[in-house]
Amino acid sequence: MSLLVTCPSCGPREVSELRCAGEVTRRPTSAPSARELNEYIYFRDNEAGVQREWWFCRVCEDWFLAERNTVTNEVLRTWLPEPPVAAGAAASPADADEAGSA
Amino acid sequence: MSRLPPHPHERIDRTRELAFTFEGRRVSAFPGDTFGSALYAAGQRVFSRSFKYHRPRGLQCCSGHCANCQMTVDGVPNVRVCVEPVREGAVVQGQNYLGSLERDLLQVTDKLGGPFTPPGFYYKTFIRPRRLWPLYEKLLRHAAGLGRLDEHGARGERVEVEHRHVDTIVIGGGEAGLEAAAEAAQRGESVLLVDEGPEVGGSLLSRRGGAATARELAAQAAAAGVELLAPATAIGIFEYNLVPVATANLLLKVRARRVVVASGVTEQPLVFPGNDLVGVMLPEGVRRLVNYWSLKPGERAVVLTADERGLDAAAELEAAGVELAHVVDLRTQQPPNIEAAGRRGRVQQVGINGRWIACDLVVMSGSPQPSYKLLAQAGARVAYDAGRGVFVPRDLPPRVEAVGACAGDVGEPAVPAPQLGYRGDKCFVCFCEDQTTKDLKHAIAEGFDSIELSKRYTTVTMGPCQGRLCQLGSIRVYAKANGVDEATIGTTTARPPYAPVPLGVLAGRPQEPVKRTSLHHRHEDLGGKMMWTGAWKRPHSYSDDPGEEAQHVHRALGLIDVSTLGKLLVEGPDAGAFLDRLYPNRFSDLKPGRIRYGVLTTDAGRIMDDGTVARLDEQTYYVTTTSTGADGVYQWFTWWNAVWRLDVEVANVTGALAAVNVAGPNAREAMQRVSPDDYANDAFAYLDAKHVRVAGVPTLALRIGFVGELGYELHFPSAYGEHVWDALLERAADLGARPFGLEPQRILRLEKGHVIVSQDTDSESNLLEAAMPWIFKQEKEDFVGKWGTQQVAERGLRWLLVGFESPTGVMPLEGGQVVVDGRSAGRVTSVRRSAELGKVIGLAVVPHELAVDGGRFDVRVDGRLVPMTVHLGPFFDPEGARLKA
Repeated sequence: MSLLVTCPSCGPREVSELRCAGEVTRRPTSAPSARELNEYIYFRDNEAGVQREWWFCRVCEDWFLAERNTVTNEVLRTWLPEPPVAAGAAASPADADEAGSA
Repeated sequence: MSRLPPHPHERIDRTRELAFTFEGRRVSAFPGDTFGSALYAAGQRVFSRSFKYHRPRGLQCCSGHCANCQMTVDGVPNVRVCVEPVREGAVVQGQNYLGSLERDLLQVTDKLGGPFTPPGFYYKTFIRPRRLWPLYEKLLRHAAGLGRLDEHGARGERVEVEHRHVDTIVIGGGEAGLEAAAEAAQRGESVLLVDEGPEVGGSLLSRRGGAATARELAAQAAAAGVELLAPATAIGIFEYNLVPVATANLLLKVRARRVVVASGVTEQPLVFPGNDLVGVMLPEGVRRLVNYWSLKPGERAVVLTADERGLDAAAELEAAGVELAHVVDLRTQQPPNIEAAGRRGRVQQVGINGRWIACDLVVMSGSPQPSYKLLAQAGARVAYDAGRGVFVPRDLPPRVEAVGACAGDVGEPAVPAPQLGYRGDKCFVCFCEDQTTKDLKHAIAEGFDSIELSKRYTTVTMGPCQGRLCQLGSIRVYAKANGVDEATIGTTTARPPYAPVPLGVLAGRPQEPVKRTSLHHRHEDLGGKMMWTGAWKRPHSYSDDPGEEAQHVHRALGLIDVSTLGKLLVEGPDAGAFLDRLYPNRFSDLKPGRIRYGVLTTDAGRIMDDGTVARLDEQTYYVTTTSTGADGVYQWFTWWNAVWRLDVEVANVTGALAAVNVAGPNAREAMQRVSPDDYANDAFAYLDAKHVRVAGVPTLALRIGFVGELGYELHFPSAYGEHVWDALLERAADLGARPFGLEPQRILRLEKGHVIVSQDTDSESNLLEAAMPWIFKQEKEDFVGKWGTQQVAERGLRWLLVGFESPTGVMPLEGGQVVVDGRSAGRVTSVRRSAELGKVIGLAVVPHELAVDGGRFDVRVDGRLVPMTVHLGPFFDPEGARLKA
């Protein structure tokens, strides 16, 4: 794989300077069944097309999100996750909307 | 052999002379010569022996395309000497012959011919008796092939890899490439132009007066800001316009917004009997001999041409004083039968419809083929131009352009090259692999009727020229034999590399990054035997007796450098909540100044890493990780917080801080000598974390006991590493202060039954089966790994990590197989001989039902089963009295 990915903080970088941490998954809400849990842990959509991914920039050490076409390797957009919210007000882990396998 | 009279644009500098040896003879040359031209000037005509038939071969393209001039230069095989500049003192040797280049005994394969040598002949002929194949194979490998690699040779020169980013890369420095580059540079783009020749100029260079034009264009491009690089070969065009360029001992990884391919054309041979004889050349080869090096290619020439190039060459030859015996312009006349014949592999006459014309040079020129390979590799479609009989690139991918002749605009009228002569003789289609029209027809008759299958069966296009001179010809033979047109046959897939690249260049610079702690040189001075642990170098031990080193820690005092531990600062109003979500146990209720052990698990409940967590104040935690886990844990933490968005910051201070563990019964006294702070047991209790000063250096001291003795783990700025270390060793010398290495540490921690993550656990281990159920706080609302661990609890434990002793004293290997009732049932994860306990002790994963004190199992040692006894809990100081003293 040889592509350029635009880190929202550092700009376009060689893919070797970044780490792709896989597609964005949804962490189950509280107390999942064995099936839900196993799907979350082991199953991936493995989209042949545009998928949302977590990326880590080894240069600025920021995590960011990307939409990449897995067929053409075209990266449609990249963006930083939302900034932290005030103490105590953050979503509980079970409610986390986007959880992947880092 | 004398040169032609000097002319103003020749490349050679006749005022100086160089010399090299060829097959033991001294050969002189001028600067500007290649090995090939110098040998030609010295009268050499046979440059190689062909792959299969060992036929003599001579200069054909002089452009580095064909394999005819491959020789071994200074031990490097398969160097195309026609383009390799001469070097003083070089040693040049021919290849692939038995005897000499002029008289190769293996040419017998050519004489035998017949049923002996069709494609795949070696598999067919030599398959019986089967048991002799290994012998046959050895002989065949010896007889067929290219140069020899020096098996013991090592790369002498260092290869570097460089990343470059440009607006535009232009591949090919001919007229079109130079103009395109200059134009782009004038628009303000950063432009790199690469050319595989020794200098830019392309086909201009070999035209009379063309060199001056080339230099002018190059100067204009350079003035516009173009960076010109030659010789430099673009290996391929990869995703996102990544163009690796091999140049000398450098691999440039060029990333370009735009790739402009200006690779020109490749002249094509004609297919007729005797077309591989020495003296049968392509027009460019002839032009280079005359115009580069002022060499006369022959005395009497016959020209066979399907385009303008042959006629141009004819004019050059006449100007050089070569007699033109006959010219056949295939555009106006196509004689049904042309063949060349010669003696000892050298052309002596050409027969045209049975009329023989004496000559010592034949110029053949098929319709030139646009060099589309890089474009096709980048994703362009390849279409057949029936008018000229060549393939041209179409539908270029975005941000890839083609200019000049490679785009298909050859500019000169040409006709498809006919096949001349059908006498069943050897009309070579593929010179590199010695494949003739007959071989191809043979392959078709055997059912290999697609060009891709044919390629694999006959190996046409798979030789050193990589299809440059044979692909078109073989497609033509296939089309004709199958009664279809060339477009139907199609081309084979173009793959990188575009040209042969030394593996050394691809391997790049050997990298062996090493991390050293700030105490590295102290370890070396103290006789530490350094070993690799991940990317770190750490002392294994300082003596030949690690057991004694370990015992000394029990008796007196030891110092170990633990700077390699990962160190993270977790700070913010949500820091406690954040750690509660990441760890199976709770940290929000940890009191400031206290320490708790933590194990990280994934959501699948697998153990990832472990370490200590100290709470420094209300909002600040200091987390240590394993030495190899530092980066992974840092990314794990920051990623989860990218998801959770808690008000917390994570800083990786691994490299900023050194860490030294001071352990042993004398540790307290030692600390008191270097620090004004209070180390009394009630003031600084087990699992306390305190800010102290050690030898004047602000230090975070953690009272923990990985090695089972009273101990203080000191974390302080790396810059003071040696200062603190020296102070401890000096001022506590009479207390027995001595450094100890990793190996004694492993013995000490094993005596305590402490687990090393990734030594005693693997990617399948979970908290419950790694015997750490106490760390799993089920009542916590949620944390990473909770559900996965619960799943294990629900299904029931299958394995357990337990301590064991070896009653016989036999020491199993780490990784040794646990055997229960004759079946494999677990493995040994750690084992050491403890001098302190006088026992062999270890940790092993065993079936859960065996995990009781005194439980017995066997371990396979050297094929024998050796009994072991389960020991639950620490082997040494089970109550931890020494830790807490």
